[in-house]
Amino acid sequence: MEDVLRIGGQELTSRLFLGTGKFSPNSLIPEAVRSSGAQVITVALRRVDQGSEEENIASFVPGDCIMMPNTSGARNAGEAVRIARLARAAGYGNWVKIEVITDNRYLLPDNFETIKATEILAAEGFVVLPYMSPDLVAAKKLVEAGAAAVMPLGAPIGSNRGLKTRELVRILIEEIQLPVIVDAGIGRPSEASEAMEMGAAAVLVNTAVATAGDPVAMARAFGLAVEAGRTAYLAGLGATRQYASASSPLTGFLSD
Amino acid sequence: MKIILNGKEDILPEGITVAGLISLKKINPDTIIVEYNYELVKSELWPDIFLKENDRLEILRLVGGG
Repeated sequence: MEDVLRIGGQELTSRLFLGTGKFSPNSLIPEAVRSSGAQVITVALRRVDQGSEEENIASFVPGDCIMMPNTSGARNAGEAVRIARLARAAGYGNWVKIEVITDNRYLLPDNFETIKATEILAAEGFVVLPYMSPDLVAAKKLVEAGAAAVMPLGAPIGSNRGLKTRELVRILIEEIQLPVIVDAGIGRPSEASEAMEMGAAAVLVNTAVATAGDPVAMARAFGLAVEAGRTAYLAGLGATRQYASASSPLTGFLSD
Repeated sequence: MKIILNGKEDILPEGITVAGLISLKKINPDTIIVEYNYELVKSELWPDIFLKENDRLEILRLVGGG
């Protein structure tokens, strides 16, 4: 049976979401998207730098992917709402990743403002995927606000430190009825796999792929890892034990 | 004439349009999003909007992001 993730009326067969930041060159993005199998691709919106020639990132995102602008740079709900509305009005679809950050050192999200922005944008018909600190109360409020999924961080953005928030993410997966997508901090395919084994609906990865020695190969590794982790979750992991439990029968030895 | 362009003051010739400004600043018009006084303006309307003193203009573009 096909394992499908449904978000905002869309059916996704890939549970890896891929960011487009930090690729050098950007021309690697289409190859990375293809080799990973990712179907949801994040982008950002910025003021044009008049002094430099910038590439159109949208041209690197394959047409059959869902482009999800984020609201990075927003410091409160109002700014996030403004960015989301601009991106949608400009024709970039109705998916949005809410990112509201005022903490410059750890780039931790402001859950309170994120809830406010989610409420406004969900009411306007956006498919809202909020990036959040993995707090159960905030996640419940995001559900009430109309989020399409919740995206708790694994570790600070771009840190490649892995699933430092493991226990809190586990609680969200257990208690929240929406897809839980681990976003930020995942640095290795094995960590993506672990998140999926825990029951995460998907993971969002950017830095770990874009800054790898071979981003296209790493994108493939993440795609495989997410699939392996998901398959393991669906298969049901065996119980862990403190002491050994023989795999082979303990009878019929030659010495018996 | 003074306007606020991408958050900074900029002095422009009188009677310039949004399209004229984009051309003056040598910005590739194909990939940008223009917000004029907090409203998104489609590219068809850029030649029709004459900038006025203290207008606020944001010229934005999608970039790589996570």
